[in-house]
Amino acid sequence: MAERNGHDRDDDPPGTRQPGGTIIEVRDLAVGFGERLIMDGLDLDVRRGEILGVVGASGTGKSVLLRTIIGLIRQRRGQIRVFGHDMGTIGERRRRLIEQRWGILFQHGALFSSLTVKQNIQFPMREYLKLSEPLLDEMAMVKLHLVGLKPEAAERYPSELSGGMIKRAALARALALDPEIVFLDEPTSGLDPIGAADFDELIATLQKTLGLTVFMVTHDLDSLAGICDRIAALGDGKVLHEGTIDEMKQQRHPWLQAYFNGPRARASHVHTRSRGA
Amino acid sequence: MAIPAAAWQGGERTGGRLALTGSWNAEHAAALEGVVAAALAKSTTAGPVAIECSALVGFDTLGAYLIHKLATGLGSGGHPVEIVGLTPAQRILLDEVSVTIRQPEARSELGNAYRILSDIGEGVVDAGRDVAGGVSFFGSVVIALGRLFTGRTRLRFPAVVAQLERVGLRSVPIIVLISFLVGAIISQQSVFQLRPYGTVQFVADLIGILSLRELAVLLTSIMIAGRSGSSFTAELGSMKMREEVDALETMGMDPIEVLVLPRLLALIIAMPLLTFLSAMASIGGGALVAMVYGGVSADVFFSRLQNAIALNTFLVGMIKAPFMALVIGITACIEGFAVRGSAESLGTHTTASVVKSIFMVIVVDGLFAMFFAAIDY
Ligand SMILES: Nc1ncnc2c1ncn2[C@@H]1O[C@H](COP(=O)(O)OP(=O)(O)OP(=O)(O)O)[C@@H](O)[C@H]1O
Ligand SMILES: [Mg+2]
Repeated sequence: MAERNGHDRDDDPPGTRQPGGTIIEVRDLAVGFGERLIMDGLDLDVRRGEILGVVGASGTGKSVLLRTIIGLIRQRRGQIRVFGHDMGTIGERRRRLIEQRWGILFQHGALFSSLTVKQNIQFPMREYLKLSEPLLDEMAMVKLHLVGLKPEAAERYPSELSGGMIKRAALARALALDPEIVFLDEPTSGLDPIGAADFDELIATLQKTLGLTVFMVTHDLDSLAGICDRIAALGDGKVLHEGTIDEMKQQRHPWLQAYFNGPRARASHVHTRSRGA
Repeated sequence: MAIPAAAWQGGERTGGRLALTGSWNAEHAAALEGVVAAALAKSTTAGPVAIECSALVGFDTLGAYLIHKLATGLGSGGHPVEIVGLTPAQRILLDEVSVTIRQPEARSELGNAYRILSDIGEGVVDAGRDVAGGVSFFGSVVIALGRLFTGRTRLRFPAVVAQLERVGLRSVPIIVLISFLVGAIISQQSVFQLRPYGTVQFVADLIGILSLRELAVLLTSIMIAGRSGSSFTAELGSMKMREEVDALETMGMDPIEVLVLPRLLALIIAMPLLTFLSAMASIGGGALVAMVYGGVSADVFFSRLQNAIALNTFLVGMIKAPFMALVIGITACIEGFAVRGSAESLGTHTTASVVKSIFMVIVVDGLFAMFFAAIDY
């Protein structure tokens, strides 16, 4: 549902359009800084309508992978296709159109510090949608409500928000244009467990109702068990394994064993809850 | 098909059916607002209303909110409004966005005259606060210096050296260049004005006294305020923004000691040195023009220079330099610590730092001029 009909969407190859089609395709990716290769020969697929959890030890390059896919870091080698378009060869104009179809929640929020929360949310709307001023205000309030922020937060500046509120406000901004893909970099870190569960539920709701595709970097085992359709584990510059949480638990790789069968995993819901279809 | 529309069907007096078609999403945002307004305007029904959504291509949060708004608008007369033909997923989305927006009440509009008065008042209070803040900051610096000299804290020597390189060494080329050029320009003007009187050689007196007493220290101060003062403010300000200053304090360190003192000491050491270089460069520039353009021989120029200037001419300029350093450093650091959370505030304070330092430098220079005149030095 919620299929958009803009001319840019009509350019997408048909394979990427139906649910389950490959919406992001990463092939043989190599990324490095200076001498050091962070990623070498990484392959990854994200399918339309799924929530993909990306895990990996700190410093394995989860944030770098995310930033490479959205074009903030240039790859040394390899190909990235988003909506079936090769991001390496796509023109500037087409790239802008694609950028309107994804929303990004950065690890540290990256809200504009000199704008209020409301203005932050309205910023992309003002740029790309032709809305009247009252409707802009109302939509900002709707997005705030959607992410569970109180209306009072609208007029505050980012420096006046708590860490969790920053996360929520940044998500509201990421959702401003009703994107097809959202990239979330550790959305629930720094939230209290109840807030984190709400956040998970919100993301799952949006995925179900808007047909959103979610690329979520996370360390939160509850999110992984609760809402992720598939999980990709990064390590050694590659995807160690991808699959459902149950498949991950069967893996022999020592890090995966430690991660999914460790004490924290046992304490969380990984063993008691598994996601239905 | 994609164009969104809302059509009233069978306008019986007792109720109505509003059929929505097209895709109600952000792409058609402008059209959608019109559609909703028109549908509301045309609503003549006096009974219950059904909003028929089965023919919709789809909607996103914007469309969902507008459907909610439409329903609320139609229901305002007290008649029930039903939204029918939704898929379960669409129903959930509609529920998610169904908020009644309570616009925060607009701040009471004050008259222009009132606002001007309140701005002036704020300006005066701010100026007073600036002075008080400056004095109290200076106090903390003096206390920190006191601790330093009584040996209760150590001097962060590497930091001072690093700052000295940045504010001192790296400013040399630009200050020398600017001073040389200004000296040359003043010399050229002087030669030009003195020539009718046949007293071209007095250009040496003029350049010598002017450079040593005023020009060098003013040029250096203004350059340093723009170059180093602004960077102090920006550095301290961004540290403040990212809570680095708070982190320092919680580790039991005094930000004034760690951040301000090294910068201030480096400035106080560097300023006299730079002032000296600036004076030499501007005399050099003046001499060159006097010789080439004014036809004054080197012998004449330098013997006049020797006659014209005494040790006190030189000292007047040099004594001022550390005070200028203090004024610039303290202004820059106060502004840096005044930065609040936003990027905009960083910009405002950096600008304020440069403007206030230059203003203060000129005021201090004026005070010194009065002082030296009074003691006839
Ligand atoms: N701009 C950069 N320049 C140099 N190295 C970088 C840069 N950005 C990241 N790195 C390096 O790349 C590696 C991967 O970093 P990344 O931020 O992707 O880690 P991560 O997997 O997201 O970790 P975490 O879970 O802690 O957020 C790290 O070793 C980091 O030092
Ligand atoms: Mg990261």
